[in-house]
Amino acid sequence: MATLKQEKNKKTSKSSKISIEKREMLDIYKNMFLIRQFELACGENYTKGNIRGFLHLYIGQEATAVGSISNLEDEDYIVTHYRDHGHALARGLDVNRSMAELFGKSTGLSKGKGGSMHLFDAGKKFMGGHAIVGGQFPLATGLALACQYKKTGGIVVCYFGDGSTNQGTYHETLNLASVWNLPILFILENNKYGMGSSIDRVRAGGEDFYTGASTYDIPAAQVNGMDVLAVKEATKIAVEKVRQNGGPFYLECKTFRFVGHSLADGQKYRKTDEIKEWEKQDPLIRFPEWLLSAGIASQKDIEKINQEVNLIVKESVDFAESSSEPKNSEVYDDIYK
Amino acid sequence: MPQLVMREAIKKGLEEALQNDPNVLILGEDIGAYGGAYAVTDGFLDKFGPERIKDTPISEATFIGTGIGAASAGLRPIIELMSISFSLVGFDQIVNMAANIRYMSGGQIDVPMVIRAPTGAGVQLAATHSQSFETWLAEVPGLYCVCPSNPKDALGLLRTAIKDNNPVIFAEPALLYGTKGDVPEEYYEIPLGSASVVKKGNDITLVSYGAGMKVIEEVSTILDKKNISSEIIDLRSLSPIDYATIGESVKKTNKLLALDTSRRNGGIMAEVVADVQENFNDWLDSPIIRIGAKDVPWPYNKNLESNAYPDPNEIVDEINNKILNL
Repeated sequence: MATLKQEKNKKTSKSSKISIEKREMLDIYKNMFLIRQFELACGENYTKGNIRGFLHLYIGQEATAVGSISNLEDEDYIVTHYRDHGHALARGLDVNRSMAELFGKSTGLSKGKGGSMHLFDAGKKFMGGHAIVGGQFPLATGLALACQYKKTGGIVVCYFGDGSTNQGTYHETLNLASVWNLPILFILENNKYGMGSSIDRVRAGGEDFYTGASTYDIPAAQVNGMDVLAVKEATKIAVEKVRQNGGPFYLECKTFRFVGHSLADGQKYRKTDEIKEWEKQDPLIRFPEWLLSAGIASQKDIEKINQEVNLIVKESVDFAESSSEPKNSEVYDDIYK
Repeated sequence: MPQLVMREAIKKGLEEALQNDPNVLILGEDIGAYGGAYAVTDGFLDKFGPERIKDTPISEATFIGTGIGAASAGLRPIIELMSISFSLVGFDQIVNMAANIRYMSGGQIDVPMVIRAPTGAGVQLAATHSQSFETWLAEVPGLYCVCPSNPKDALGLLRTAIKDNNPVIFAEPALLYGTKGDVPEEYYEIPLGSASVVKKGNDITLVSYGAGMKVIEEVSTILDKKNISSEIIDLRSLSPIDYATIGESVKKTNKLLALDTSRRNGGIMAEVVADVQENFNDWLDSPIIRIGAKDVPWPYNKNLESNAYPDPNEIVDEINNKILNL
């Protein structure tokens, strides 16, 4: 009897493990698909004139944000660059308020004062969206200093692109993070291009960046940024290291944006073949294919998520469109506390 | 009343803050083991420990930005720059980040941080170490900017600046670190944005701030000997500017002289005289005089540097020519 009972328990825990895994895998897909659809809707609304200014889409890089952020806790901070929609949505920022911010509406995350490049949600410890290339690095050290000083147990994830590695703040911050043993996970999204400048034209030291972290005594690794599970696994290990040691870790994600730097980019600086080659690794194709082939999800599961996400995105556009403009008097609000 | 030199008054303000608020930290180059380039933080490392007195690498952009990040996560960092000229290396962090982050986030993120920096010419440090960029920073919405001229104001303004929930530029005239003055024993604060009428008078209003107050006081003494009664105003705060106090004085004296010891072109007194011209024109009896340092890079040579710096006797001549002989 005892043996039977044990067998039964084992079975139950195995099946619940599968269902947890399935839910987790479907969530990953849902988050990536949400980012993709959100970005497509942004592009559409940019063309319509509903979104203005600069708009940098995250299309192609979804696996990096989703795979990494899934390992974070509530007390962890995120800072990122101006291509920030993906990180914001992966962190769970309100989709309606994110879209409203892009529309410049009073219901936006920053009441319409920040726009696409400056998404913030202090409650979720999402500390921006920073549009001066490399400007977010020092902010990360400060947030990490606060975590260390207050002993919160939190860490900071600092996203940056390959273009920012030629800024002084990159090198200064890696140095300081190492010297002060600050809990920062540096995540490089190496999409090979800083705007229109490919790394082979602006960088000494070859196409790999993570090897340079050893200059600052920072442990580092590289992962395929198009493979969401690889990113998830690598980040999990990196986050554990940072949390245990207190000090920094450097993770390079090799990724690619399938679209231009911004909506104003004609991509004269690169060949269509290169884009097509990378599109074969599209996480929004490969991951659901794997979910099906591994028997984790059915076509019906995928379709259900697709419908849900499309509705969420449509609602966000409706919300943004129907929201009111900020009042003129608000121009003076929020400068000083 | 006890007397302190400026350096001691600032030190007292920092020490109080460190004692009273565990969230206060000081970050800067050589502020710990070395004791600070101007010895303001001397002894702090032993007293408060390396967790709170943080010697930084020579990376201005990064340690200023570190202050911003720490402040936005609830600490109250005080940044020491060795010279306000070095603020240029971290200008992006001060202007694009510290000043803008609250506005860009729709008021979600506060940056309660003080950036202290020695400022000004007069100690033969030549072009890269003698500038007065508080005048640039005063233009930036999101920052407050103060510059005391005496130990009492330094302590009172520093207390307010550290308690304030916004980034405050605290410019310290390098020429005045050794200047002695009365400092009340009882606790007091001086609000940001309040000018002070240092001396009452009836014939002409003299406005300056920081190291310029020394020049203005000399001008006033010369005018006294000529039986011309001058009212002296210390701006103290460059952002916000206390236009009302200046206006009230001009209503009484009907004459204004405004003096910067920074370069005249683009100095903060351009704002002061423009405001008086716009809002108090009816009370003016004569043209406003605006004095500043010469519009040149600061030279090293003592005579050349003095030549570029505003001179009290020349200023009195100008008052004679442009106002009193009219």
